[in-house]
Amino acid sequence: MTATLSTGTVVRDDVVAARAPWSAVVAAGDLLTIVDLQGNQAVDFLVFDAHDTDLRYSAPDTIQAQDSIFLTTGSVLRDCEHGPLMTVIADDCGRHDTLGGACSKESNTLRYGMHTWSQHACAENFLAEAGRYGLGKRDLVSNINWYMNVPVDPDGALGIVDGISAPGLSLTLRAERDVLVIVSNCPQINNPCNGFDPTPVRMIVTRGDAR
Amino acid sequence: MGTATTTGAREHARAQEAAADVATMPTRPAAASAISRPEDVLAADLVHAEIVAGGGYTHLAVARGTHVRLTDFSGDACAHVLAYRSDRPFERLNVADTVKVQWQAYLTAGHLLLSDQGRVLASIMSDSSGHQDALFGTTTRARNEQRYGDGSAQGPSPAGRELLALAAAKHGLARRDLPPSVSFFQGVRVDDEGRGRFLGSAGAGASLTLRAEVPLLLLVANTAHPLDPRPAFTVGDLEVLAWRGAPTDPDDPLWTATPEGRRAFTNTLADLTARGIA
Repeated sequence: MTATLSTGTVVRDDVVAARAPWSAVVAAGDLLTIVDLQGNQAVDFLVFDAHDTDLRYSAPDTIQAQDSIFLTTGSVLRDCEHGPLMTVIADDCGRHDTLGGACSKESNTLRYGMHTWSQHACAENFLAEAGRYGLGKRDLVSNINWYMNVPVDPDGALGIVDGISAPGLSLTLRAERDVLVIVSNCPQINNPCNGFDPTPVRMIVTRGDAR
Repeated sequence: MGTATTTGAREHARAQEAAADVATMPTRPAAASAISRPEDVLAADLVHAEIVAGGGYTHLAVARGTHVRLTDFSGDACAHVLAYRSDRPFERLNVADTVKVQWQAYLTAGHLLLSDQGRVLASIMSDSSGHQDALFGTTTRARNEQRYGDGSAQGPSPAGRELLALAAAKHGLARRDLPPSVSFFQGVRVDDEGRGRFLGSAGAGASLTLRAEVPLLLLVANTAHPLDPRPAFTVGDLEVLAWRGAPTDPDDPLWTATPEGRRAFTNTLADLTARGIA
C-alpha cells in the first residue's frame, strides 16, 4: 500500500545490511519509506533538523503531543523544542516503540551479562554514523524503534516482546523540513526485537508526488 | 539615605540582608537550615538545604554517597530531574535504559537511575509519593506558550527545558546536553491504548530520597508537568535537603535485588575503582 505513496522520483533506494548503520538528509516534503523486508526487524531511528542539529527528535515531546506512547499513521515526530520534524503518513504495522531506546554494549552487560560485551549494538552504529556529521555521544537521545513491540502492563512492567510486523510491511514518513535521519538496523540477538535474527531493511527516499 | 551616591547605594545594598523575609532560597551553610532532617542525620553532615520556588530551578554537584531528599510540601511541586557524572558529564541519565533494563516504567524506591554507560548514577532510597513519571519528560517553551501563554524562564509559567538549560549552563553544558528527564511528585500511568493518564500528586508532604552512587550532578527544574490538565499554571515550592552518607555497598540488599541492578552496581564500582574514586 505504501507503493502508491512512493512513486515519485527515487532519490535514494538502499538495502541496509543486517546490523549496519544508514543515514540520509531528507529534504522537506520528501518521503522516506522503511520496508521491513523479512519481518520483525527493529529499525532504531534518530532524526535531527539538518540545518540545526541542536533540534533533535524528542520522545517525550512526541508522545505528549499525540497523547500516546505508540507511533502509527498520523504521528508527528517532534523535536526537543516541540516542533514537527516528520509525520507518519502510512503504516502497515500498526504501532511502533518510543520508550525502549537503543541497545548498547554497555546496557547489554546489564540486561544479559558481561558475556555479551563483544556483540555489536545500535549505540555503536549511531556513534559511528553520527560522527560522519560532526555529532557524537552528547547528541544521542531516546530513539524510535520502528517495528519493535514494547507494551506497558498495568503495573508498569514493560519489555520488548515478540513483534507484530511481518515480511514486506512498510511505513512512510514525510519530512516537515530538511532533516538528517540516522538509523541503526538493530543487531540485537538476545531478545525478540529482531526475532533473534537480524535481517536487512530497505530505505527509499522519494520526491515529487503524494505531498 | 538615598541611592544617588556610591555611599548611599552601598548602605542601601548592605541593609537588605537583615530586612529580607524570603523562604525560597538556599541556606548556607546548610547546617543552619530550618528544614527538618531525618533523626539520624547530623546538622554538620548537611551539604545542601534549599527551598526552590515554584517555577524555579536548582543544581547540585555532590560527592558519591550523598543522599538528596526532595520534598513536595504543598502537593503541587513537580521536580524535573536530570543526572550526570559530575566528573564526566557526557555520561548521563538515560531514561530509556532506566526503564528497559529494570523492566519497569513506574520508578519508585528500590529503582536505579541508570547512565548510558551501563552504570548506576543514583538509587531511589525512599519514595513516599509513588507518583512519578519517566516517560513524558518536561515542558518546552513552545508548549507552555500554547498552554499558558508564556514559557520563558523569566515568565509566569516557565518551561522545564528553559530552566534545565540554565541549570546546565552553570556547569558548562548546553541544550544538546539535555536528554529526556524524569519527573517526581506528579505521576502518569499508561492506559491500554498507550495514552498517558495524569495522576497528579500523592498530596502534600511526599518526599523522595536519592543516593548518589557516583560523583553526581543533579539539575532540578520545579515546574508544572507537561500533562497537568489544570488550565492555570500550578506549581508549589520544592524542598531540597542533602547530607553526607555512604553509597550502596555489596552487602546492601539493593545490590543484589535484581540481576540487572547487581551488574549495574558491579560496573559502577569497577569504573570508580579504576579511577581511584572508590
